[in-house]
Formats: sequence, C-alpha cells, structure tokens
Amino acid sequence: MNIFTYIMSPSSFFGAISQGLLWSVLAMGVYITYRILDFADLTTEGSFPLGAAVAAKYILSGYNPIAATFIAMGYGLLAGLITGFLNTKLKIPGLLSGILVMTGLYSINLRIMGKANLPLLKQPTVLTFFSDMGMTNTRAAMILGIITAVVVILLLWALFSTELGFAIRATGNNPHMIRALGVNTDFMTMLGLMLSNALISLAGALIAQYNGFADVGMGTGTIVIGLASVIIGEVLFGRTTVVRSLFSVVCGSILYRLIIAAALERRGFQPTDLKLLSSIVLAVCLSLPLVKEKYNRIVNRKNKVKESSQEPSLTKDDTLLKGGNPSC
Amino acid sequence: MLKIENITKTFSPGTANEKRALKGVSLHMKPKDFVTVIGGNGAGKSTLLNAIAGIFSVDSGKIIIDGNDVTKLPEHQRAQYIGRVFQDPRMGTATDMTIEENMSMALRRGKSRTLRKGITKKEKDMFREYLHMLDLGLENRMSAKAGLLSGGQRQALTLLMATMTKPKLLLLDEHTAALDPKTAKKVLELTKKIIEEEQLTALMITHNMKDALKHGNRLMMMHEGNILIDLQEEQKANLQVTDLLKMFEKASGASATNDRMLLV
Ligand SMILES: Nc1ncnc2c1ncn2[C@@H]1O[C@H](COP(=O)(O)OP(=O)(O)OP(=O)(O)O)[C@@H](O)[C@H]1O
Ligand SMILES: [Mg+2]
Repeated sequence: MNIFTYIMSPSSFFGAISQGLLWSVLAMGVYITYRILDFADLTTEGSFPLGAAVAAKYILSGYNPIAATFIAMGYGLLAGLITGFLNTKLKIPGLLSGILVMTGLYSINLRIMGKANLPLLKQPTVLTFFSDMGMTNTRAAMILGIITAVVVILLLWALFSTELGFAIRATGNNPHMIRALGVNTDFMTMLGLMLSNALISLAGALIAQYNGFADVGMGTGTIVIGLASVIIGEVLFGRTTVVRSLFSVVCGSILYRLIIAAALERRGFQPTDLKLLSSIVLAVCLSLPLVKEKYNRIVNRKNKVKESSQEPSLTKDDTLLKGGNPSC
Repeated sequence: MLKIENITKTFSPGTANEKRALKGVSLHMKPKDFVTVIGGNGAGKSTLLNAIAGIFSVDSGKIIIDGNDVTKLPEHQRAQYIGRVFQDPRMGTATDMTIEENMSMALRRGKSRTLRKGITKKEKDMFREYLHMLDLGLENRMSAKAGLLSGGQRQALTLLMATMTKPKLLLLDEHTAALDPKTAKKVLELTKKIIEEEQLTALMITHNMKDALKHGNRLMMMHEGNILIDLQEEQKANLQVTDLLKMFEKASGASATNDRMLLV
C-alpha cells in the first residue's frame, strides 16, 4: 500500500515540506527569544503580519521583491527594538511588552496595507525568479525555503559563536553572571529581540509572497506555531548546541506542517480547525518531556524489580569536589 | 585600592518595610589587603558588597576603586575592576554553556563584546592549563556544560573565572556557604592560594569566625548597617573566637547569641 494514500497526497506532502521550510524562519526567530533569551515574546504575532504587510506594500509600489523583503526585515527589527525598549528601559514585564507591541502593530499593519487584505496577484515575488525557470509554486517555495533556512542557520551559527553571541546567550541563561563580567544585559536583550523579530518579519514577507496576499489577521496563532516547531524539533532531534538546535527547529517546523496537513487531509478536519489543531499539537509537545520522564520512571521501576540489588546512585550535586559526576 | 566614604543605603524608603541596611559605612583598603567580614544575619554585609559591585546605587557617599570614582557607574561598567564569586554556586556560571565558553566570557570581563570569535584555539589551550592547576580533572571536560558540575566544582571554576583577568578587587560573598564542610575547606584553600599568588585585594564575607580569623590580614565585624569592629593583622593574630564574641558584646551592647549570629 502506498503511504501517500493513507497519510496524505504527494502534493500535500511536498506542499507541507515547502511551507515548513518557509515557516522555519519564524521558528528560528521564536527560538532566539524563547530559548536563547528565555523571553516569551508575543511581538511575533504582530511582527509576522508586519513583514507580510511591508513586503506586499513595497512590491505593489514597484520595488524589487528582494528589496521589499529586506525592508520588511528592517521593520521587524524596529518592532523588536520597541519591545526591548519597553522591557529593559521602562521595566515593563516581557510578556506584557510583547502584547503591547503586538496590539499596536495591528493598527500599524492596517495603516501600511490600507485595508485588511492585500492581494499580490500577478506581481513579481521572490518566488517568481524560480517559477520563471519553469518550477511549480511548491517546488519554488521548497528551493527558496532551503536556501533561506540554510543561510539563516549559517548566519546565526556564526553570530552565536562570536563574543557578542556568547554575551547574548549568557544574558538569557544567567544575567547576573554576565553582568558581573561586564556585559550590558539590557543591550543584549534588545539585540536578541531585534534579531528575532527581523527573522519573524522575514518569514511573514516570504509567506505573503508564497500565499499571494498579506492579511492583517495572519499573525494570529503564529507564536503557537513557532513554539510547537521549536519544541517538536528539540524533543525529537536534540538541542546540545546552538547549531544543532537550529537544525532541529527547522526539522520541527517541517514535521509540524506534515502533522497539520495529515490531520486536515485525511482526518476530516477543516481549515478553520487549524488553530485548534495548532494548540493541541503544542500542548501535546509541551507535555512530552513530562510523559517521557514518567515513562522512564515506570521502565526504571520495572528494571529495578528485576535487579533490585543494584541501587542506582542519585547523587548529582553532592559529589565531592574532586570526584565529579559522570558526564550525562 | 578601595575607598568607601560614608555610604548609606535604605531599602523601600518611606514604607512600612523601610530598612536602613547601610548607615554610613567608610572603609579604606590598601592594595593586597585581604579583609574578612563577619556579622549576624541582616547586618548589611551583602548589601555592602552589592553596593561596591553596583547591583544598586547607594543613597549617599562615594565608592572609589583604584582612583576611579565608580559611585554612579552601572554594574556592568564596574565589572572591569571587580571579580565576584556568589554564595549560590548556580549564580557564577552560565549553566547551559560549556566550561570553556564560560571561561572565555570571563577572560573578556570589562571589555566590549565584538564580532570576533567567542573563543580561540589559543585560549582553549590556556584554559586547559588553568583548569589543570585546579586539579579537579576539569581540563578533560572543557566542552561539558557548566550545569553538569557539582557545587564545589562550580565555585572553584567561578573563582578561577573571577581572577583570570586580574581584578582590582575580588568580592566573595559567603562563597563556601552552600558547600559541604570538606568541599568548603578545599574551595577556601584555593581562594587563599589564588589571592596570595596573584596578590589580589579581596573582601570576603563568611559566617565562620574561625575562617575569618585564620585568613586575611584584616577582620571586620558588621552590625546593623555599621562596621562595628575593624582589626588589623597584628590585632587579630592571636585572637580566639571567644575573644571576638566578647569584643562584639562590648561594642554592640547586645548578646551575640541573641543577635541570631550564626557563629562557629
Ligand atoms: N533588595 C533588598 N530589598 C529590601 N531589603 C533588603 C534588600 N537587600 C537586603 N535587604 C535588607 O537589608 C538588611 C541587610 O541585608 P544583608 O543581605 O546585607 O545582610 P547580611 O549581613 O548579608 O546577612 P546574611 O548573613 O544573612 O547574608 C536586611 O535586613 C535585609 O532584609
Ligand atoms: Mg548576605
């Protein structure tokens, strides 16, 4: 039996992979705030449609689509800067700072677009470069997605291996420590937020060009999609180093799309169920570590019964200075 | 090296929780002074160290490190002068980053962070040598995450990090308090060794009076936001814990045991 007939059609399959690759840019942006900065940043839901709106607007006013896409990134950078300013300078809690900017961006996005939906019919986009070579939209999106994801991974990998990158990572991990080592953590938080939202706006710009329109409502639920990709990716593919995590996040994004596509196509869900599905997928993913632990405990208990004489050592932090604990 | 002039700090002023934690503290430390600080809970010891480190700004007074007035500088700008080890072993390292990454960040204490490589091959070799001197076997685990280390290992690493680029001033706030006695002793010995070898100027808070008498060339006792007793090397040379307790009772008019002093 063909796997496609059971799970999804080939066209949905490849469509999901293309989408997963394009959306992985958003997921990597979310990874920067959520994982590296330890900052739950809801600006995402505003900076994603912001990227879409700006790219669409500039393309419609005759800009080169590549230029329009980069301009969209610049706007995202600014959105991140504002969230960072609210959080670090005005001391507004991170979650709230993000909500404030997200809400404000809704009006700004409408201003930019002039209406709630901006179609890009018959306009040149970053995808038309590929479709002009005779590719289908899906194929073009896949190539573009691969190129973008690889470039973003490489750039982030390079950045997070620099002195500055170390400082950003330490700011999210232990701000006390890195301040004591002379780093302005406010500045690093702002840099991280700017970088993250620039990527998220880039994702918005790409998705708008792939879908052929920008819509003011397209940001709703994006944070859930981003988080789900991050968590699926990390649980399944590991998170030992930054570059490994980034790779995992891209895989997570693709897998997320495949899950959603399968549910929509073969399990009787409707497109309007998408947001509910997203939430369920994320809830399941978030509970995975706990389930895994419970499962391990049950398995361990069974093993223990078998060989009860060997008591496993539980000491982790109270090993003596010299001894050290076995590397995990 | 360190000159503190009449600093005061009141937490939550004007509220029911108002707390005058420092009531005009002055302190002059010469280069290579190693001062131990004792005092009961809430005496203001940590507040004094945090004020020097710049975790908050003081209400009045001046803090001068090696001729530089740092009173108005934020914490991260004072870091160029100050090395710190905290009471909580988790505070001193970025636990999700590797040992060598942590060390490379410490090596750049007080310098601006650029787009240069976060860690170079040459630095790794240097770190391996430093870690070798600690004699904890950490030189073979340099790419392990700092979070995997035991409390004692972390404090030793943090101490190394704090002193790798020689600080004008080393601040130690009960950095052995969270460790078991045997490990605490080892870390304290290491502290002494590094301070002597590097000829550092250091300020160390401890709850252990014996340690305070044994180490350093000067001993201070704080009480209710003031420095109550300040003993120079010759004065503390033959002192016993009981003498210290008597001095405290005489100077404060309070009973040492009533004052919730955890004295050993
Ligand atoms: N951030 C803060 N906000 C409010 N009050 C504070 C703060 N930090 C310290 N205090 C108060 O200031 C006083 C001095 O505290 P400090 O931490 O300096 O004491 P300490 O001498 O270090 O005591 P311990 O030996 O218990 O560590 C205490 O009464 C404490 O409750
Ligand atoms: Mg204290």
